[in-house]
Amino acid sequence: MSHHLVELADLSYAYPDGTEALRAVSFRITHGESVALVGANGAGKSTLLMHLNGVLLPQSGAVRIGEVPVTRATLPEIRRSVGMVFQDADDQLFMPTVYEDVAFGPLNLGLPPAEVERRVSDALARVGAEGLRARPPHHLSGGEKRNVAIATVLAMRPDVLVMDEPGTSLDPLARKRLISLLNSFEHTKIIATHDLDLVLDVCQRTIVMHEGTITADGPTLEVFRDEALLARSHLEKPLRMQACPICQRPGL
Amino acid sequence: MADLSATLFDLGRLDRLADGDTPVHRLDPRAKLLATLLFLVCVVSFDRYAVAGLLPFLLFPVTIIALAELPAGYLLKKMLLVAPLAVLVGIANPWFDPAPLLRIGPLTLSGGWVSYVSILLRFALTVTAALALIATTGFHGVCVALRRIGVPAPMTVQLLLAYRYLFVLVSEGVRMVRARSLRSFHRRGEGLAAYGSLIGHLLLRTVERAQRIHRAMLARGFSGELHSVTPLRFRRQDTIFLLGWSAAFLFFRLVNVPQWLGRLVAPG
Ligand SMILES: Nc1ncnc2c1ncn2[C@@H]1O[C@H](COP(=O)(O)OP(=O)(O)OP(=O)(O)O)[C@@H](O)[C@H]1O
Ligand SMILES: [Mg+2]
Repeated sequence: MSHHLVELADLSYAYPDGTEALRAVSFRITHGESVALVGANGAGKSTLLMHLNGVLLPQSGAVRIGEVPVTRATLPEIRRSVGMVFQDADDQLFMPTVYEDVAFGPLNLGLPPAEVERRVSDALARVGAEGLRARPPHHLSGGEKRNVAIATVLAMRPDVLVMDEPGTSLDPLARKRLISLLNSFEHTKIIATHDLDLVLDVCQRTIVMHEGTITADGPTLEVFRDEALLARSHLEKPLRMQACPICQRPGL
Repeated sequence: MADLSATLFDLGRLDRLADGDTPVHRLDPRAKLLATLLFLVCVVSFDRYAVAGLLPFLLFPVTIIALAELPAGYLLKKMLLVAPLAVLVGIANPWFDPAPLLRIGPLTLSGGWVSYVSILLRFALTVTAALALIATTGFHGVCVALRRIGVPAPMTVQLLLAYRYLFVLVSEGVRMVRARSLRSFHRRGEGLAAYGSLIGHLLLRTVERAQRIHRAMLARGFSGELHSVTPLRFRRQDTIFLLGWSAAFLFFRLVNVPQWLGRLVAPG
């Protein structure tokens, strides 16, 4: 049974105050795909992602991870296979030290201490944060927090990696490292972001959202070439695809 | 507002002290927790005029602080931070209980003053012992130990989260006040109404953030049980520590050591 499949069928969700954040969203992501979720502020990206690991449960429609529908009963299993990096890293870090924070997930999985240690070191090394081990997370810089938040999820070795705005507040080097990190993660990934240049580097497929619905779903380059669609969805062509402002050479 | 962040930072330091590596730090959290609990029970159960009888109990926090190489000045400052509470609790005693109780040379102390001193002393003892426990074990370690000695999981988790939210609350507050003072150009602001809505917002934001943190915990497989990074092991030194101090506390509690020493030195 493959856990790496993600399927949404007519998913709708309205917040308690009546805001309709998702309206009949459907898509199917297969094993190993790397998918970007783009759209204006308030398009519903975060709301959609929160359905993938059962933080929010479907009000109508269904979410399936592999063969398993996301319901209250399947949450433990779902959460083992879907790793989620939240939009605000501060929400994700709550233990007294970085080490304990990264170890939190593996300990909840009931792994033996030696394995926990190995996973923590490995995850911190992958995001280049070995040096932060003993620091309290609430005193890190924004980018450091972001890296540690990613490590907390990597340490759980998820089958599906879900990230909400992973690129924000990273310096150029850290952003580059993030891109190669994402590319080295061989399983299914779903990334919500405004950084369309990052999408070009990481995702073969792009889903565009606007006001709670999907307005486009296809190969990244094709989607980004449709200027009318981008304009309708409050997006802009990635810089690399625009003509060079100095020499006017056409972009990608 | 800088003070508030500084206080917060300072609180964080208490937890970081727990990263130390001394024989006291290496003790099993349960041994330290149980010894501290017995210490608290003994200290609190003295009668209201006890002063001399309490003094031997100083040995416990002083020994821990010395052996664990904790910064005594810092702990003292933390204690003074909460001291106004104790000062207020007993402040009326001298008026309510003016009967003379104790004569030291020319000085006569009323029962009220003696009980006031007793309250302050108890306060100092219990707070330093609790601070020393957290500084050698970490708040998380204390919660794990509580859980392991049978306190129900929801309670220990609540306790841990309350502690964590304290940080969240203060840092949200710092951010909001900073944003506000930048916009009001450091003038005194727009009076009480503005403060009211500020506090309302602060509470709302804290509740929301607390919810999001809880979500993030669930997302990483949290099922209500706390786990500790290093598995707990009760070794011989833990047994010796616990039994040794327990015996000492019971002895201090049952025998008034200063009085007994006094009689030893000057019989009759
Ligand atoms: N807790 C909430 N209560 C009510 N409405 C909400 C809540 N959270 C989000 N919304 C609304 O739901 C809609 C979708 O929000 P969502 O956070 O999913 O957008 P997003 O695409 O992630 O935006 P951004 O790019 O700014 O992160 C928005 O209109 C938002 O105002
Ligand atoms: Mg969002």
